[in-house]
Formats: sequence, C-alpha cells, structure tokens
Amino acid sequence: MTISAERPTEVAASSVSPPAQSGGTSWTQRPGWLSQHAGTAIILAILGYLLGHWMGNAISGNYDYIANSGQNAIADTFGLSFGVLGWLLGIGALNYPLAKLVGKEAAHEETVEGWSKYFRYSLDHKVVGLQYVVGVLLFMFTGGLLAMAIRTELLSPTTHVFSPDTYIKIVSEHGTIMMMMATSIIVGPLGNYLVPLMIGARRMAFPRIEAFSFWIFVAGYGVIFSALPYGGFPTGWTGYAPLQTQAGPGMVSYLLGFAVIGMGMMAAGFNIAVTIINYRAPGMTWSRVPIFVWSILATAALLTLATPVLFAGGLFGLLDKTAQTAFYVTEHGGSSYLWQNLFWFFGHPEVYIMALPGFGIVGEIMPVFTRKPLFAYKVAAAGMIGVALLSFFVWQHHLFQSGINPDMRPLFMLTTELISIPTGFIYLVGMGTLYKAKIRFEVPMLFCMALFFNFLIGGVTGVFLSDVPVNVTVHGGFFVLSHFHYTIMGGLLFAFMAGLYFWLPKMTGKMMNKKLGLVHFWTMFVFFNLTFFPMFVIGLLGQPRRVFTYAKNLQGLNDFSSMMAFCLGLSFLIFFANLMWSMFISPVKAPANPWESLGLEWQTASPIPAHNFERIPVILTDPYHYSEVGAPALADFGDGGLVSSNSTTGSSPA
Amino acid sequence: MSSENSMKNETNHLRKMTTIWVILSLAADLLFWFWVGPHVPPGTMTSTAKSNQFDFTFLVLFALPVLIGVWVYLGYAIVTWSAKRDNVPEPIGGEVARSNRKAQVSWITITSIVVLFLAGFGTVAVINDHGSGGGEGPNPIWNPGGASKAEAAALTSNASWSPNSNQVLPVQVIAQQWKFTYRYPTFGGFESSELILPVGTTVAFNVTSLDVIHSFWAYQLSVKADANPQVNDVAYTDTKQLGNFTVRCSELCGLWHGSMFNYGKVVSQSDFMNWAKTTESANAANTANLPPFAWTYVPDANGAAGGYYPDGTVTPYSTVEVYGSKQPAS
Repeated sequence: MTISAERPTEVAASSVSPPAQSGGTSWTQRPGWLSQHAGTAIILAILGYLLGHWMGNAISGNYDYIANSGQNAIADTFGLSFGVLGWLLGIGALNYPLAKLVGKEAAHEETVEGWSKYFRYSLDHKVVGLQYVVGVLLFMFTGGLLAMAIRTELLSPTTHVFSPDTYIKIVSEHGTIMMMMATSIIVGPLGNYLVPLMIGARRMAFPRIEAFSFWIFVAGYGVIFSALPYGGFPTGWTGYAPLQTQAGPGMVSYLLGFAVIGMGMMAAGFNIAVTIINYRAPGMTWSRVPIFVWSILATAALLTLATPVLFAGGLFGLLDKTAQTAFYVTEHGGSSYLWQNLFWFFGHPEVYIMALPGFGIVGEIMPVFTRKPLFAYKVAAAGMIGVALLSFFVWQHHLFQSGINPDMRPLFMLTTELISIPTGFIYLVGMGTLYKAKIRFEVPMLFCMALFFNFLIGGVTGVFLSDVPVNVTVHGGFFVLSHFHYTIMGGLLFAFMAGLYFWLPKMTGKMMNKKLGLVHFWTMFVFFNLTFFPMFVIGLLGQPRRVFTYAKNLQGLNDFSSMMAFCLGLSFLIFFANLMWSMFISPVKAPANPWESLGLEWQTASPIPAHNFERIPVILTDPYHYSEVGAPALADFGDGGLVSSNSTTGSSPA
Repeated sequence: MSSENSMKNETNHLRKMTTIWVILSLAADLLFWFWVGPHVPPGTMTSTAKSNQFDFTFLVLFALPVLIGVWVYLGYAIVTWSAKRDNVPEPIGGEVARSNRKAQVSWITITSIVVLFLAGFGTVAVINDHGSGGGEGPNPIWNPGGASKAEAAALTSNASWSPNSNQVLPVQVIAQQWKFTYRYPTFGGFESSELILPVGTTVAFNVTSLDVIHSFWAYQLSVKADANPQVNDVAYTDTKQLGNFTVRCSELCGLWHGSMFNYGKVVSQSDFMNWAKTTESANAANTANLPPFAWTYVPDANGAAGGYYPDGTVTPYSTVEVYGSKQPAS
C-alpha cells in the first residue's frame, strides 16, 4: 500500500490493547468473588462512606454550630467523598495509579468473557460504550419518573399530591439528574463506542481514563441520589448561591455530585479529544473524518474546557458549607453573582455539549437514508467548531435581569444571536442532503427529521429569549422551560434515539423491532410536542418556573400538558419494551450492514473483533460517496480487497 | 440537453417551494400581526409593556417565515422524494451533490443579515426604552430624565413627590422568603405590602433582597429585576393605564416560591397621593421601628443566608442598616 503514509506504522503496533492476559501472577487476578467488580465496588463504597462520615464527625462534631444544628456538612462531605473513593478502589480504577505510585509495575486489568465483563473495569471501548448505554438509560428513566411526578403535582393549583418540600426536591432532582445524564447521553455510549471504529483505531488513547469516566459517572448517580435521604435540596439544578448556602445537607450531594460527574466529563472529553487527534488511521485526514466524529471532537473540547469551571465552583460551594468560607456570602465579602457567573460560564457551553452530538448523529445518518453525500461537509464541521467557540461568550444572557452591568447586555444579546448562524449551518446541511434524494423513512431517519422539526422551535424561541426586551417577559418562566426542553429533549434525546436504532444492530448484533420502533417514534414525537408546546403559552401567560401552585386560569393548559406528558411517559415504556423485546426476549440477528451504510464502523467484521480491525485500515476517501458512479474505494483493509464505497451491501471484507 | 432538463427541474422544485413559502408566510404574518398581536402579553399598561409587546410581535414576524420555510421544505421533501413513491429518480451523488456555492453563500449571508439586524433592533429597543423594564443593577446607564436626581434625593430626608410635577417616583421593593414589601422614600420611607402606583408617572423600582435571590416580576408592567441581597437592582417603567397587576417571584427562592405573589394597582395621581399620605400617617409607628431608608439592608440574626458567624453573632463590621433589629420581639 503506497497511499498516504502520513501516519506512522507504530500506531498499529502500539495500539494492541486492551492488554493481553498477563501471566496470572497479578494480585488483582483472583477467582470468583474476590476479584474486582461492581459488587466489591458497592461494598467498599459503603465502607468508605461510613469511615468518612465517622471521620467528619470526629473532626468537627464538637463545634457548637454543628452540634446545635444537628447537621454536619463536613461529615456528609467526607462520607460521600470517601464513598466515591471506596467505589473507585473497589472497581479497580485505582490499581494502576496506586501501583505506579509505589514504584511497582502495574498489573493488567483482567479481561473477562461473558456478561460479567459489563460489571467490571473494562478497557475495551465497546464494553464501556454498552455500559454507558445502560447507565444513561437508568439516569433517564429515574429523571423521567420525577418529571411524571412534577406533572402530577401541576394537575391542580389547589389540590396537592406532594408537600411543597417534597415537590421542590423532586423538581431539583429532576433537573440535576437530567442535566448530568444529558452531558453524557451521546458522548458516553455512542462517542466511546463509535469514535475508534469510525477513525480506524483499535482502542481509545487512554482506555483506563475511559473506564474511569464511566465508573465515576455511576458514582455521580449515587451521590446525586444521596440528596434524597439527606432531605433533598431546594435550588433546582442551577443551585443559586444564597439559597445554596441556606440549604440543608442535601446540598452537599448536589455540589459534590457535580464535582464527581465533572471529573468524569473532563476525563471523557480529554480522552476522546486525544483519541480523535492522534489515533486516526492512516489516510483519515481532517477532511475525511466522519461528521459525527467532528461533533464529538467539538463536544470533547467543551467538556475539557468548560467543566473545570463547574468543578471549581462546586468546590467553592462545598467550602462555604463546610469550612465556613464566604465565596458566595455577600455579607462576608463574597458574591452571589460569583456562583451565577461560574455556573453559567460552564452552563452555557454545557447546553452545546448537549446539542452538538445530536447534530453529528443527524449528519451521519441522513446520507445513509437519503442515499446522497452529506451536503456542505465543510460548512457542517465549521458550524460545529463555530458553535463550540461562541458558546464560551454567551453565558451572561442567563443574567440579563440579574443586575449585572447593564452595558453588557447588548454585547451578550449580540453573541447569543450570532450563535444561531453556525447553528443554522446544520439546517443548510440537512436540507441540502434531503434535496432530490430518495428518502427511506426507517425509524432512525424519522428521529432525525423530528430533530429538525423540534430543534427549529427550540432555536427560534432562543432568539426571543436572547432579545433583552422580550426576555423581561419570558425569563424565569415556563417559556424558557419549554425552550430548553425543545432543544435538549427535542434535539438531543431524539438524536440519541436515532443513534440507538441506527447503531444498536452493530453494537449488539440484534435488530430493533421496526413496528414497535414506529409506534415509539410517533408517540414520542406527537406527545413531546403536545406536552411542551402549551408550555410556551403557559409561560407567556405568566407562570414562573418551579412553582408548586399557580394561577387558576392556567389550570386548563397545565392539565392538558400533564396528560400529554403521561402519554409521553408511556411512549418511553414502549421504547423500553422494544429494547427488552429486541435484545433479550425475541432477538433477530442483524445483518452486517442493515442500513447499507458506507461508514467505516460498518465495514469491520460483525460481531466486531476485540481489536476492531484485523489490520489498521488505510483510508482512501470520505464515507459519503453515495449514489456516485465510479466512486473511489473507502479504505484498504490490507487483506487484498478494497472495499468499494459504491457497493450497496458494503459488507465486511473478511 | 439532459443537464438543461435537470436545471429546469431544479428551478421547478425551488420555485414551487418558494411560492408555497411566500403565501403561507405572508398569511401567517398578517394573521399574527392583526389577530394575535394586540393580545400578546404583557399588554399595554406601561411604556415598557407596550414596547416589549411590540418587540415580541416584531420577532414573530421573522420567526414565522423561518419556521414555515423549514417546514415547507421538509414537507416537500417528504412528499416528493420519498423512496416509497414509484417515480422518484435515483439520486445523483458526486461533486454536484456535495456542495453548491450559491446555496451556501446565500444561506450564510441571509442568516447573518437577519441575525445582526435583530441584535441591532434589540439594542436600540433596550437603550431607547431605559433598559426595557429589566433590572439594570445599581448603576443604570439608560435612565429616564430626572431619575438620578430623584434617586439621589430618596436617601435624604427631604425626598418628595407630588402629582402633576413630572417627577420620577422611586419605590423600593424588598424581597424576602416569601413575600414582597414596598418602601416609599418620598413619603417618609413607610413600608407597605401593597404596591400602589400613580398613572402617567415614571417609576424607578429599587429591588433588593434580605435573604436569597428573588426576582421581582410585575407581569402587566413588564418589569423584571432580580432581588439580590446587598444589591440595589434598578428598573424603570412609565405607567400608562389604570388597573390591577400581578407581582410574582420568578427566581426559585425555596419552599414557597410558587406562592410568592401579590397584586398591585395603578391609580390616578390624586388617588395615589391620598393613599400615600394616609398610609404614611397610619404606619408612622411602624416606620419608626424600621431602619432608615437605604438601598440595601443586612438581615437581622434571623436572616437566612447571611449575617451569621459560626458562633451565632451578627456580622460585626456591617456598616449598613440591619433590617429588623429595631422591630419589637414578636
């Protein structure tokens, strides 16, 4: 193979990982229950929690203000921190760094076959990807149940299902859980699973950091839920400061939870960015990288650069609660604006952490079902980079009415509205790809089309919110609530579903049931819009967010929205039923390339070999040569046969 | 020959879509402007409400064509290019399908022009309208004439307001968990749980909080300003019509956030004067227990977030007025 030797061959040589079983002399390799898995992690997490809690009490229990209040934030912080440490120790995440720390050669992680590998610290990105699928679905399911509870309470302004205390806990948990889940919902499962396959790599750059990012994500789930036994927290997912300082011990779970999840986000972003930059196969130039990989790269950059601000902000809050510092206490020289600025400096890039992977999925899937190349590939990539860059310059639009410097407002109005230009690129790309196509309306394609419908409403209402005069009416009300549900749920979640229906056949070797999939799509699409569109009206008519009671003339609209929300909940049950049915109850074996995609991930053998590719492929062109006469071959797999881009089956060369 | 055919075909698709789009957009815009527009919240009770209502309606005139444009395109594509139809030609790949300079350049140009125009429009609106009723912080830069004078006078003992004098009326909004109260510095600084305003008057709301962050949202007045502890957040509006309005908290402030609302009234200037004078004398005993009028207050030892050292004493170095310290024990 003479083509494109820009990537040295040692990539292939060094990327033989996960490491092969070594000798059996390692102390981590014990049979049965003694080896490290989720069970040992849970045990050590509980022990760690108890130890930390005891330590915290021993250190600080004799301070008057702690003894008098009956709440010891120090013990709670220590308990949860040591719990997380125990969890990491138990799962085996610390074996390698600890061994290196004492100067020993670290033992290799065990490679286990069978289902139990999903409960272990696995270095295989394909295992981590599937672990993430289950993880984010668990997050989503619990967050969704809380949403059902919110809509139940809002059925009536006067008859209450919950106490105001319980209600505000539910609202806060719902928001936080969903936001945490949404940061990882595509980057975690699909990013980890697909990026190496799409760029022709055998593994991630840092498999241990990758596994760490998943297992600490699970620990974050535990930490944020520990708020409930602590009495919850009353601040919503934004955790605004004086209320945060005032809140009970549940707030510790929130602050520490974001710090823990934040570590996972930074680790995942760092690992994925390095992988994409350094592990592309020979010939995989930047103009041949699949658009999904571009979107994940932009997202990874945001994860790496924005999350540290949240992490620091959360730690300041923890110090305020434990060590009596005053970062956010105005009376002692701090500022409540500090939290608002830190939080939204992370929070707005966060919004695009949730939007960009959705754009990537749509860009990846549409060419397959339109049988056309992706329109304006460079514009799409530029749009994603543009959105990522601009997203760091818009955060103060969350503070328009907060009393920030008034002359900042035109600036942030401008930057916010500018971001709709690169976002608009995605529409240009989508519409151009549809032009004169031959569209197959399979379930993933339907979800993609729905994203364009929903995200448009979310994006256009975003322009209303960024306009300062209109913001006076819509800020802090149901209008903005509906707006971000349209972008995150209507955009990201629909894209995630498209991605699952599209790639699960490759990931699991089983097809999702199409009939159930169609029922799922139509119910989700219709009831999503019927749930959230009325909320724009509710917001314009003056209902603030996160309220326990509301004006009685809004009951009709709220009831309608609630009913539709319950139907939307049922739609998710249909999805879970489909998942169970297609994966476990009545699996149908998937063809190697059921959608006839030209993507590199579909060209390797099915099921995917442990090291993805028998030989590192040499990439010859981009994967969008649909319907092209005499298209060049996609890649040289080094086994004598070129995979023709033009072949309709696109099956593995093996 | 065949390329000419395809060119013709191309224009046909685009022409059809454009025709549908123009008709639907025009219809939708006209319907919205004449039918919905006058009812768009927050109404026309104040100058800010009126101009914010106009801004919303104006944005809708742009939003509807954008929404309809994409929807028409998607609908057209679904109907015309579905693989289920018999006569759909095989798509053409290659360079022609990968990019189209004209389409890309015009898309980017048009979206950029619209976006920059809207940002400019919003900027002009927010400056002309003295901050559009939004909280401008302690040092507002777009203040109506006479506002700085009235605000400066409010802190002195000879602050006054009289009907038909075209003076700006400063009103302080004090938010705490979970109610709003209002102080009138031009009437001896009495505190009221009712917000009564004179019509035809420029009002300067000075919004502050005693505990956590709240947001003062006078819905029909189209005024929204966050109430931060230790911060004076100023917002302006001109009252134009008599009537009742609702005040709600729009920033999550804890347990009873949803119940933190009350009602206010815009009344005639003479009625306002009567009410203010009566309330001032009726509340004189209470007013004596309040701290002197100030833009911000430190809460007393019962205050929620601040004021406390771990040993239970109140912040010793506070130079500002301690709110509630003079109140008789309840």
